[in-house]
Amino acid sequence: MTPGNRLYRKRCQITRSSMFREMRERKRQKRLSVIMTVGLFLWKGSDPVIFIEQAKKIFQTKNGPVKAVDNINLSIQEGEIFGMIGYSGAGKSTLIRMLNGLETPTEGSVTVAGRKISTIKGSELRKARQEIGMIFQHFNLLWSRTVRENIAFPLEIAGVSKAERTKRVDELIELVGLQGRGDSYPSQLSGGQKQRVGIARALANNPKVLLCDEATSALDPQTTDSILELLVDINQRLGLTIVLITHEMHVIRKICHRVAVMENGNIVELGPVLDVFRRPEQPITKRFVQQITEPEESKETIQHLLTEHPEGKIVKLTFVGVSAEQPVVTELIRSFNVGVNILQGKISQTQNGAYGTLFVQITGDSSEVDKAVAFLDAQQVDSEVIEYD
Amino acid sequence: MIEQWFPNVDWEKMWEATYETLYMTSISVVITFVLGILLGLLLFLTSKGQLWQNKAVYSITAVIVNVFRSIPFIILIVLLIPFTKALLGTIIGENAALPALIIGAAPFYARMVEIALREIDRGVIEAARAMGASTWTIIRKVLIPESLPALISGLTVTAIALVGYTAMAGVIGAGGLGNLAFLDGFQRSRSDVTLMATIVILVIVFIIQFIGDTAVRKLDKR
Repeated sequence: MTPGNRLYRKRCQITRSSMFREMRERKRQKRLSVIMTVGLFLWKGSDPVIFIEQAKKIFQTKNGPVKAVDNINLSIQEGEIFGMIGYSGAGKSTLIRMLNGLETPTEGSVTVAGRKISTIKGSELRKARQEIGMIFQHFNLLWSRTVRENIAFPLEIAGVSKAERTKRVDELIELVGLQGRGDSYPSQLSGGQKQRVGIARALANNPKVLLCDEATSALDPQTTDSILELLVDINQRLGLTIVLITHEMHVIRKICHRVAVMENGNIVELGPVLDVFRRPEQPITKRFVQQITEPEESKETIQHLLTEHPEGKIVKLTFVGVSAEQPVVTELIRSFNVGVNILQGKISQTQNGAYGTLFVQITGDSSEVDKAVAFLDAQQVDSEVIEYD
Repeated sequence: MIEQWFPNVDWEKMWEATYETLYMTSISVVITFVLGILLGLLLFLTSKGQLWQNKAVYSITAVIVNVFRSIPFIILIVLLIPFTKALLGTIIGENAALPALIIGAAPFYARMVEIALREIDRGVIEAARAMGASTWTIIRKVLIPESLPALISGLTVTAIALVGYTAMAGVIGAGGLGNLAFLDGFQRSRSDVTLMATIVILVIVFIIQFIGDTAVRKLDKR
């Protein structure tokens, strides 16, 4: 063994112990809140607030008709955070814009909060839109208005009196944490602050549904996290239904209860986030899940280790929900005469439980290694032996 | 000393001419502003992908605007003589110049309004629609305020062009500094009168430019 490798293992050991400690601590703290969230979700999840029935959207272009949305059926429950993920051109943007009538479906119907958005027009549609908030990738604030005036804009549209507007704007500024910035102009704010104004503006008329059109795609990772936390907070405090579209799996993982994966105008996979993470079926879903579980460099590291250490086996363990709690690795080392070398690990919290992957190399007598792998298979942990290719 | 350099200038006449120029300019600027905004909004809203998308209306408006914008002003005044006579009963005096001034300047300004409105981020209009705003609300609370600096700087350019137009209108009898410079200055070979009238016109132009620039700076919060 080269000195470099020894160093590498040492580093892995340190990472391993601190990672497990962190994992357990986080789990313990999170367990209660997860149970509460799931409970809240189940309790609230009785009423669908959004119904999409056989919605189709065909755009006529110079190069012939283009199907942006192709026969989608979907219902979203009240209080749910529903994510739609897909690459650009998948039709997710068209679909979310159907929910407030910015696009009308060519066929099919869209019902939001009891109103048939796909057929109503004029003042009835405008009234319905006041109950559906929307935030945007590029915030779309009016630069000519201050923060306060921007937030007051939807209230002016709804015909709220001046005194009430002032009061409501104060509440909203506090809700999104922009105290003291009320008289600033958008050009004086950072991206994250602008999106907070966008959120306050979207919530001004107490909407039943909040639509998020790539709301964090223009923000840096840290700001994205703070905006996502704000959305979860609003969802829990106000029981607001949130529908978001994104191309970042990280966003889905962090806040969504359910996710729909879109490709070519269709929903190709749909389910609770944790289920989709655990058993992605479609190739596109697998690619999205990999964004989170397998950072780019891990593939290379593992390939490298496979060539360097042909002995033993490399196993990918997937922990989901409660199984992330079990001391599987400890038991593995105790029960079998094998060496366990942790290569890489990651645990992520989702809105309905924890999700983690761990890459380990199991070395030792080949029969012991086989037994160890069999043991892992028997656990409530998904394991997969990675072969050299 | 001024008397020495400008021996032939009749100051009372000069002030009167200045007043006439200011009168013609300000009335025509106000009406051009209103008409230009209306025409510009019509051009913008009926153009492709906008709220009132309508190819026929857009094309007709665009042709009218282009035709009136292309006719040289001095010819436009002559062409409009019958119209002015029918409208006002006379073709002499400050008021007689107004129809030609407005018809000459409004299409010019309308194009500037259209350009200013096009500069507005489409997303902002979409956000207003998503909030349930009517087209009228969007015009009043989004389109006009969001393009105001560009509307004002366009108006400044138009107002300065209008000062020039009033001078031309003066030559055919509308009064004002152009009339004074031409009749009292040029035709009677009193170049000091022409020079003084020119100086006054320059001062007016500089003041308009200053007011316009200051307003744009104050309004632009981008």
